[in-house]
Amino acid sequence: MTKIVVDGIEVDVPPEYTLLQACEAAGAEIPRFCFHERLSIAGNCRMCLVELKGSPKPVASCAWGVRDCRPGPNGEPPQVETRSPMVRKAREGVMEFLLINHPLDCPICDQGGECDLQDQAMAYGVDSSRFQENKRAVEDKYLGALVKTSMNRCIQCTRCVRFVTEVAGVPELGAIGRGEDMEITSYLEQALTSELQGNVVDLCPVGALTSKPYAFTARPWELSKTQSVDVMDAVGSAIRVDSRGREVLRILPRLNEDVNEEWISDKTRHVVDGLRVQRLDRPYVRENGRLRPASWAEAFKAIAARIDTTGPGRIGAIAGDLATVEEMFALKELLSGLGSANIDCRQDGAAFDPALGRGTYLFNPTIAGIEKADALVVVGADPRREAAVLNARIRKRWRMGPFAVGLIGPRVDLTYPVHYLGAGPDTLADLAAGKGDFAPILSAAERPMLLLGAGATARPDGAAVAALAAKAAVAAGAVTDEWNGFGVLHTAASRVGGLDIGFVPGQGGLDAARMAAFGTLDVLVLLGADEIEVAPETFVVYIGTHGDRGAHRADVILPGAAYTEKSGIWVNTEGRPQMGLRAAFPPGDAREDWAILRALSDVLGRKLPYDSLAALRAALFKAHPHLQRIDRITPASADDVHRLASRAGSVDAAPFAPTITDFYLTNPIARASAVMAECSALAQGSAALRAAE
Amino acid sequence: MRLDLAAKQLFLWEFVQAIGLSMRYFFKPKPTINYPFEKNPLSPRFRGEHALRRYPNGEERCIACKLCEAICPAQAITIEAGPRRNDGTRRTTRYDIDMVKCIYCGYCQEACPVDAIVEGPNFEFATETREELYYDKARLLANGDRWEREIAQNIALDAPYR
Repeated sequence: MTKIVVDGIEVDVPPEYTLLQACEAAGAEIPRFCFHERLSIAGNCRMCLVELKGSPKPVASCAWGVRDCRPGPNGEPPQVETRSPMVRKAREGVMEFLLINHPLDCPICDQGGECDLQDQAMAYGVDSSRFQENKRAVEDKYLGALVKTSMNRCIQCTRCVRFVTEVAGVPELGAIGRGEDMEITSYLEQALTSELQGNVVDLCPVGALTSKPYAFTARPWELSKTQSVDVMDAVGSAIRVDSRGREVLRILPRLNEDVNEEWISDKTRHVVDGLRVQRLDRPYVRENGRLRPASWAEAFKAIAARIDTTGPGRIGAIAGDLATVEEMFALKELLSGLGSANIDCRQDGAAFDPALGRGTYLFNPTIAGIEKADALVVVGADPRREAAVLNARIRKRWRMGPFAVGLIGPRVDLTYPVHYLGAGPDTLADLAAGKGDFAPILSAAERPMLLLGAGATARPDGAAVAALAAKAAVAAGAVTDEWNGFGVLHTAASRVGGLDIGFVPGQGGLDAARMAAFGTLDVLVLLGADEIEVAPETFVVYIGTHGDRGAHRADVILPGAAYTEKSGIWVNTEGRPQMGLRAAFPPGDAREDWAILRALSDVLGRKLPYDSLAALRAALFKAHPHLQRIDRITPASADDVHRLASRAGSVDAAPFAPTITDFYLTNPIARASAVMAECSALAQGSAALRAAE
Repeated sequence: MRLDLAAKQLFLWEFVQAIGLSMRYFFKPKPTINYPFEKNPLSPRFRGEHALRRYPNGEERCIACKLCEAICPAQAITIEAGPRRNDGTRRTTRYDIDMVKCIYCGYCQEACPVDAIVEGPNFEFATETREELYYDKARLLANGDRWEREIAQNIALDAPYR
């Protein structure tokens, strides 16, 4: 620890701190544009100048280490002034230079009201300009469907360049020219290919990069902000939902060091317009092959008439990818009240069994724990598409130092170099047996990690593949008492919650694939399950939000609430229960899903014993106490993985299939979104272009 | 009783004074104006009915910055914005003023960076129903077109004091 005096306050900071961090530790506020905690240091905006005693000039505190400060003549700790007249004059000078070429078009700029330059010009700007010459004009660049550019406003902080190069891992932005002629550009005027590109909009301290779909829509002061959780993937990124009136206008990331740091994927951010269109806003009943609008009472009557004449073994329910734990719990209680054991939350057929213990289906090393791992093998997963933010964490670990990554499954670009080991289970079996080049690397590692994806488990022999993967993890020494490196990466936000509450077939119950097959069931309830093809003849009750596959197949549609329109708990792939709050109201006659199930249970004469969400949660927490520890992980036992590893089963030799064919269109909300469709078309186009080269 | 008071009473002096006052006002020029046909002069700063102005080439001035909406103490202004279809510039898709809520404080025209929303000299816009006082963008632009000459003149007259 090094002592340093900031504005007369002595603080003790680690020597690797920069002066800027030391000043912040002492409570001094340092203005900055180019410096960002999660990016490398550029030191080119000069806004963070401070006075260092003994230095003839002010120094850029972001690029000056505490260990570089010389002590006083008698060994006194170095002294820093952040509020002296010299500092103030220096910053005012920097600000004047920055504003020379900045167009003062705040009234038409989308950043207005949340602009770093605007805020800091209030503190360090002078009221009038001495610059009589012409301002610089820069042509706007095309960066794809999500990022709108207005390059006149750019102050060349290069945060965007550093972000796409370092965090996103697609070096597609750069600066050309020097001095006044410096321009940020994507060299070939092509759309960015990153799944995290939306974050450059948040990073840009001025309005040079703004959100294209959100262009000119609203001012930050008009919006009400609600904290929530993302459901587009199983990572459960912390988000802030900004809404005006009944309408959700944008989604921004929230800081959560344990999960998403401060990044979110483009799907999370730009799915917003999908929440407005294709919505189911009233119940429908199918009559003579056509769906007709109906009242709630009519819809319930149609369901009750069907269920009353059906035996309990012929009723089933499948929960979709976006469902909350509460509504799955209510649906499970309803089905068990009807005497049916046919429930499943794994519509893709992923072979996870909660009876084997939570450790067999959680991302045990935790997302933050990725940074502690020193070798990784990815089995049947494409983390870049399945969990873009988690992939950024792996890339962060790879940038931190030696980190070997092996890949078994489809050959994909993960933005960091990988050892490609093979395509299928036989490679995994070799790895488990200690054969091949990568097995020694993995077992030599202190904290090896195995990431098991849905490509490996969502297949008929998935349980055997999972056991094999567990065997490989145990063989590599990844599963010990202090380090559990067996991590399952799910693709659905509801999956871990569903497995935690046991939303899987009970004694003699049918699984999702068999429920959807012909002739097994008479009545099937789909709780937002759209990724499954239900055979004809089954009477389908669809509770959901969008007119997607499930609704087209349905015989009765009950309109539910989307994830921004209800308060609920989702459990992310680490097993971390997180609560999202309601930002808007469901459209029309639509209701929250748990309330629909409660009302339906009354009509069916199997009344669920809760009249409010609080009562439902109380029942849920009583049955599954670990879910009430919101935001905290209840770690699973390593024995679960050992037990899984000891299971045997025959494995098919077929290679692991990719789980996500189109990153932008994985759920009903995304499929309804025009922005996501445009991104998808762009991505397909650039993939075709790359194939042609 | 004093003699002078007695004399005043005897000769009805107060009556004479009162008649004198009446006569004075009777022959003085009248301040009452014949309203619809005669009008008082207005200050160039008079804050009357709102109008949205255009540039001389017919382009709308308003750029949808929403500062007027933000500053309005009565929250009478509602704006929705978006990129204009032909050139993608920032424009309003909706600009409503609830003239019933408006308190005619003039903050909106103070806030406007492009002199688009102004309070013109017109104060004669009484209506029979409340609904007619919910002004939309078309109405405000029409006001601007109708009153542009007076508004421009008032702004020019007031410019030295700004």
